[in-house]
Order: sequence, then structure tokens, then C-alpha cells
Amino acid sequence: MKILVLLRQVPDLVEDLEVDDSGKALDVSEIKFKLNEYDEHALEEAILLKERGEADEVVALTQEGEGSEKVLYTALAKGATLAKSIAISGEASDSAQFAKLMAEAAKAEGGDMIMVGVQSVDDRDGQLAPIVAASLDMPCISAVTGVKVSGNTASIFKEYSGGIMAEFEADLPAVIGIQAAEQPPRYAPVSKIKQIQDSAEIGSLSASSSNGASSIEVLALAPPPKGEGAKMLDSGKDLLDVLKDLGVA
Amino acid sequence: MANILVVTEHIKGNFEDISFEMLGLARELAGATGGTCSALVFGAMKSNASQLGAADVVLAADAGDEYNPEEYSAIVESVIKDKSPDLVLIGSTSMGVDIAGQVGTTLNLPIISYCNAIEASGSAFKCTSQLYGGKLNSQVQVSQQAIVMVLAGSADPETGKSGGSASLEDVSAGKGAGKVRFKTLIEPEASDVDITQSQVLVSIGRGVGSKDDIEAIEELAESLNADVSCSRPIVDAGWMSKSRQVGKSGLKVKPKVYLALGISGAPEHIEGMKSASTIIAVNTDPQAPIFDVAHYGIVGDLFDVTEELMDELD
Repeated sequence: MKILVLLRQVPDLVEDLEVDDSGKALDVSEIKFKLNEYDEHALEEAILLKERGEADEVVALTQEGEGSEKVLYTALAKGATLAKSIAISGEASDSAQFAKLMAEAAKAEGGDMIMVGVQSVDDRDGQLAPIVAASLDMPCISAVTGVKVSGNTASIFKEYSGGIMAEFEADLPAVIGIQAAEQPPRYAPVSKIKQIQDSAEIGSLSASSSNGASSIEVLALAPPPKGEGAKMLDSGKDLLDVLKDLGVA
Repeated sequence: MANILVVTEHIKGNFEDISFEMLGLARELAGATGGTCSALVFGAMKSNASQLGAADVVLAADAGDEYNPEEYSAIVESVIKDKSPDLVLIGSTSMGVDIAGQVGTTLNLPIISYCNAIEASGSAFKCTSQLYGGKLNSQVQVSQQAIVMVLAGSADPETGKSGGSASLEDVSAGKGAGKVRFKTLIEPEASDVDITQSQVLVSIGRGVGSKDDIEAIEELAESLNADVSCSRPIVDAGWMSKSRQVGKSGLKVKPKVYLALGISGAPEHIEGMKSASTIIAVNTDPQAPIFDVAHYGIVGDLFDVTEELMDELD
């Protein structure tokens, strides 16, 4: 059983996000990127399956570029068995095209299960898991918080609203959009990542963009219009006065 | 003239609110353009078709009563092929994320995610998407058949309940390859506290750095006769139980007072708490979207504010 985990770097929302001069896209010149947190959960779930003996291999894949080596060495330090960067020629014009490039790379690598984070903060033109699945003619289940593999099938636990879950059984290969792993993503100590850097090799894959223009025309990217907004208070004392007025303190 | 198809969602025999919200939006778009508004329902939900009062036509697909991502996606795909709607509205939800991506890819249709407003503009549609955790809005225009994933809370569900004729039409549709099988629904575990009934909630988010820090928040909650709730990252970190989670995949709460400490206010969280009578937010980031829905706000460290409050309360 071989699991592919597709990892994406996304803007760190802790940063101030600025729009570039076009007024239509994020100014990425200053901001910090980090691994999509849902992808961290996807990696954790895959490693858990391997530790439970339900998977043999966990291959971490990410787009080649700034920070990609760190993402892959960290994945290896956490327990991935192999890591490969995907060289993309041309540029994906939206998240749907990006997903199709990831599907192409995943197909070239081959696997029994593809795990990705259920969403990312910038996938405006569709989420990765279902697009990869449809591109590869595999079934897809998203918003998943638990997976058990047995032979060629998997039990998959999908989360609905209000804490209700549904259990599905799916034939493999399948694509799983992970909402949260069964346990919090593990931490990889810097010393271990350094050690891996010295000993492990990162493989490579490639995918080529068709360079097709997006059929969606972006008009603007801007902070949401401000409503009345919150009445800002200066201190905990002011807050206590508000709570007293509301009858809760 | 825009013909809009709404893909409804249900759970345990009831339509989810998102179905009515999308119908309300569809009714408005159909009205503005002189088009029609249809709603697709699955399996036994056919018998509840009359609830979808804003639809001109309710399309009833023969399907399993329980959602199945493969089967329902196949049905949506064949209904789109058959009916050729101009715009297809699918929830930005656990179910919708499966369907929209798969159908959009198979039929090569553009998908617009995280949408909270749609406007007809000539023969095109302008859509607003909430990106980057609600920090930026993206406005896009699409001039061809497309799928729009609608965020919960984008319209008043009541608007989806009247204004059409809701006539019923059976549709035959594909079933999928049978690679995914529904097994069972699992109810949430019973909890010591039902936060949906709480009058006052002190709710914590990512701003809480460690599990040990939660004790100070619990003390504050006790002083305020409040219960403690949280946003998703706290549950994912294993620091609080799922039964305390507010938001899209957690619980919807409507306390008299909701004190949000260190919660940035991503759309998924706002969905669960926006009905609170008074929202008070404390966050170090003045840009945090939580301040847009809060009635009162403090830009500052949640522990400093907690300590100051405790000192004042003593």
C-alpha cells in the first residue's frame, strides 16, 4: 500500500496581506509562506497508517520552488519514506489547473491512495482532492477525519456539521481530502531535519502546464468592506464595564 | 435569462439550511434575469419537495437516501448535462466540496469556491469569494456555464422557502461506478456541557499557545458563569473535546454573550457564532476578520486582558 501525500505552501495568515499593483492578486514579494495546515494533517494521517501497518510507503510530493526542500525534509523527518519535488513548467493560472498538474505528477508516481488537505486558504477555483480524483478517475471523499485500510478497500470517516460523521467504504485507489488527522500533527525536531538533510535524497517529478487561460476573470482582490465594525475598547476594565452592562459580570 | 440549478443537501431526512440559502440566492438571480430556478433533491427527500418553495421546479433523482459522494456527483453531472443550467449552486460544505470539484472537472466547468455573493451582470455573473481566512475578498466574473460553491450564511434561509411553484419532476440519472459505499451515520458523543444552550461563552482559538494556558481561561469562565468553547485548531491540537467546537464542522451557538479570545474569525468559525447577541473579540491582529462581526473589540494579548479582567473581578 503506497500513499502519496500532496503538500502545498500557502501564505501565512499571521502576516499582513497586501494586494499587488494590479489590484487583483496577492503581493507575494514580502509575505511568508508555510505548509498548508490541512496538508500537515494529511501527512500525519498517512504516517499513522504506515505506523499501524496499514500502509507500506508514504511519499511526500510538493511543487519545486522556494521552501520546497524544507517542506520535504520535514516530511521525511516526520516519517515519510520518500520525498519528491515536482518541477512545473509554465504556470498554473488557477487552483483547478494547479490541481490537474498535481494529478499528472501523482499519476507518474503511482499510488494506492492520495491524501491531501481538504482545502487551502487560496483554492478559489476548486479544491485539490476532488479535482485530482476526477482527473485520475478515482473516487474521492473529503472532510475526512479518520481512515482504516484493509486490503484493497478503506473505511473512511467523513465529518458533517454538528459533529455528525458518516462512515464510507471505498475501493482503492482513492483520493482522500483530510480535514484533521486522528491525532495532532507530530513535531519534527530541527536536529532530526538537519540529520535527514545530510543523509536523504529528494527525488524529482515533472508536470507541464497547458498554459490555458482561466475561464474565470478576476476583477479585484481587496479587504472585505468594513461594516460598522466593533466598538474598540482600551482595556480589560472597559471590557468589564461592557460585561456588567450586559448583566454577565 | 439565467437558469439556476441548486444542488440541495440533507441530513437525517431534513434539508440543511444551506439548501434554502442557495435557493434564495437562485430565486433572486432568476428573478433579476427572467430565468428559472430549479432544485435537485435526492432519494426520499422527494417527499419534502414542497418545502423548497422558492424553486420553480424540483428535480427528484432516484438515489440512496444517504449522501454518497460518488453516486450524488454522478447524478449532478447527468442533470447538468440534461438540463444545461447557466449556473449551478453547490454548498461550500463537507458534501459540496466532493461534488463541485469532481463534477466541475469531469464536465470541464469553472468552479468558484467560498462564494458569499452572486450578482447577474448582463449574461455574466459576478461572484465574491472569501479567501485567506476571510482577510481578503476576491471578485471574479464568469461568462459561461459554471459551478459556484456557496458559503453558509450568504442568504437568509427563509428566502428559499417561497416565491416559486415547486412543481415536481422525476429525473433519471447516472449512479456512479459503485466504488464508494455508505455504511453508517455516527452521532457525536454525549458531552458534559451543551454549548448550544449556554448563555455566555468564553471561546478560545489559536491565540492560546498551549494546553496549560487553558486553565486561566477556565477560571475566567467560572467567574463569568460561562462555559468554555473553542475554534477548530484547539480541537485538532487535542486540547479540548469536539463537543466544545464552534463553527462549520462543530456546533452553531447563539449565546447572549460570546467572548472570543485569540480567534481570528475565519469564515468557518463565523458560521457557528454569528447569531450570538453580543460578540466581544480580543486579538493581537488588528486586521483579524473577527473584528468585522464583533460588537466590541480589544486589540491585545488575550492573557493580558484575561488577567486584567480577573483582577477587576476580584
